[in-house]
Amino acid sequence: MLNTYTYPEFEYIQSREQREGVVARHPVVIVGAGPIGLTAALDCAFRGIPVVVLDDNNTVSIGSRAVCYAKRSLEVWDRLGVAAPMVGRGISWKVGKVFFKEKLAYQFDLLPEEDHKMPAMINLQQYYLEEFLVDKCHASRNVDLRWKHRLLSLAQKEDHVVLTVETPDGVFRMAADWVIACDGANSDTRAMVGGEFSGQFFQDRFLIADVVMKSDFPTERWFWFDPVFHKNQSTLLHKQADDVWRIDFQLGWDADPEEAKKPENVIPLVRQMLGEEAEFELEWVSVYQFACRRMDRFRYGRVLFAGDAAHQVSPFGARGANTGVQDIDNLAWKLKLVLDGSAPEALLDSYCEERVFAADDNLKNSTRSTDFITPKSKGSRFFRDAVLELAEKHAFARPLVNSGRLSTPTPYVHSSLNTADEAAFDSAIAPGTNCPDAPVTVEGREGWFLNQIGSGFVLLVFGEDPGVSAVRCGDIEARVLVVGRDLQDSRGLLAARYDGQDGTTYLLRPDQYAAARWRRFDEDKIRAALARATCQG
Amino acid sequence: MKLNLSPNIDQPDDFYEKLIAMQRDLSDDEVQLVNAKLILILANHIGDRAVLEEAMAVATS
Repeated sequence: MLNTYTYPEFEYIQSREQREGVVARHPVVIVGAGPIGLTAALDCAFRGIPVVVLDDNNTVSIGSRAVCYAKRSLEVWDRLGVAAPMVGRGISWKVGKVFFKEKLAYQFDLLPEEDHKMPAMINLQQYYLEEFLVDKCHASRNVDLRWKHRLLSLAQKEDHVVLTVETPDGVFRMAADWVIACDGANSDTRAMVGGEFSGQFFQDRFLIADVVMKSDFPTERWFWFDPVFHKNQSTLLHKQADDVWRIDFQLGWDADPEEAKKPENVIPLVRQMLGEEAEFELEWVSVYQFACRRMDRFRYGRVLFAGDAAHQVSPFGARGANTGVQDIDNLAWKLKLVLDGSAPEALLDSYCEERVFAADDNLKNSTRSTDFITPKSKGSRFFRDAVLELAEKHAFARPLVNSGRLSTPTPYVHSSLNTADEAAFDSAIAPGTNCPDAPVTVEGREGWFLNQIGSGFVLLVFGEDPGVSAVRCGDIEARVLVVGRDLQDSRGLLAARYDGQDGTTYLLRPDQYAAARWRRFDEDKIRAALARATCQG
Repeated sequence: MKLNLSPNIDQPDDFYEKLIAMQRDLSDDEVQLVNAKLILILANHIGDRAVLEEAMAVATS
């Protein structure tokens, strides 16, 4: 097979603690250096927590795997200073076409709202994404990336965890205040804590292939239901960097995965799809079966689970890696406050509360997509085909077509950290919702609102300067950011998106989610909301 | 209950004749597809989710 990408081999280095045989205590140890573990490392580093990352391998993801990264993930990586190369290398797209048999059933446009720093969606091979994250980790003083370190077991103590780790130099032990397990769907760490992981397996398999070709296919997402080149199954085509195209073929339950992925079986399938004249080469092929399941809770004592280790969804809608990144976005600031002694451990239970809620939303959406794409009964197959045939001529049927609902952040509408609205707002940014971006001007230079939030709590104030620079609750401070004083809403889009009137005040969390909002700047109410958002008192 | 279960179709025998005629020359699979389309078209026309859910409950009871 062809290689457009050279896989890096990261150096194994024996740690000082293993060499000297002294059990060192670390604030945070992260298990797994995939997209979620690496993001966790960078977010902890961003917040000033030194971290050790353990990975049993020494390279990046083999094959394109996750592929699609949504705006919210890119905003998180932008906060961590690593989004630029991803957006630079990635392929942006917004038009999707859905085919049924030989006909175009309908097409959609993601129609992203203009004037956000990050695009709605990019396609990028996972190995590039991981490479950029690893480079950033290597450049950080706070991240100690340890390759060829395999976690063998862990023991939870009163106020720390003891980890037994194997390297090419043998077995040693280390201690951590907290462990973040990002070791994927087959998480060993989950088994080590006796974590429950249940849900639904789907009796279907998919063949995924990275194909290198020069093609004039437009940069769009193309999805086929029951195409002539792959009868009774579905197929998805996506463009990635370097003229590498990602094709997902539904195989059905009876297919033999080992046979299916042999080049002599894959090549004719791709040829039928692309036509006899197409010139292409295979780069990577894999077969997977998916499940929709999650752990009963994401915190087991001092071990916190994130990404596929905590929840697994079907791939339709790009909800795997994107959800995992949002887990970390939610967790890192809470862990920092708990480590500093500024907030009680209960704040970490809110990680579980909020992200279990989001996981269930993702599971629901991906299960619905799966039920449409791979109907479970003859009757549901008739409904599916009826929707697709009607969609070609009738607008009413198009919203029913479900080839994957693309990932958007789940608002934590019921979160115990929220303070309920007392006034009416003409804005969707209710407490528990992530903040939309907007262009702003700072010190005469054009910039973006989300880049002004920084690492702590922020009070976004429209109108009159309240005359204070911050509001405190215990050790925790919310910095006041006044529109018109600290940043200029030169195009009025910030006020429009936040319904900002004179006196409008938002309390924004360090993960850029709204915790509370009012029509007047009231220090007592702000202090109470800040206490609530950090589980103090 | 918002679902109307009282007689509401003018000339019921004419309607029923047309309903049957619609499927006369179709295979079993074609009939199922046409019925599914008809349900979707009518459901969209009704629109009201409460009515639709009541109808589903009545149909399966």
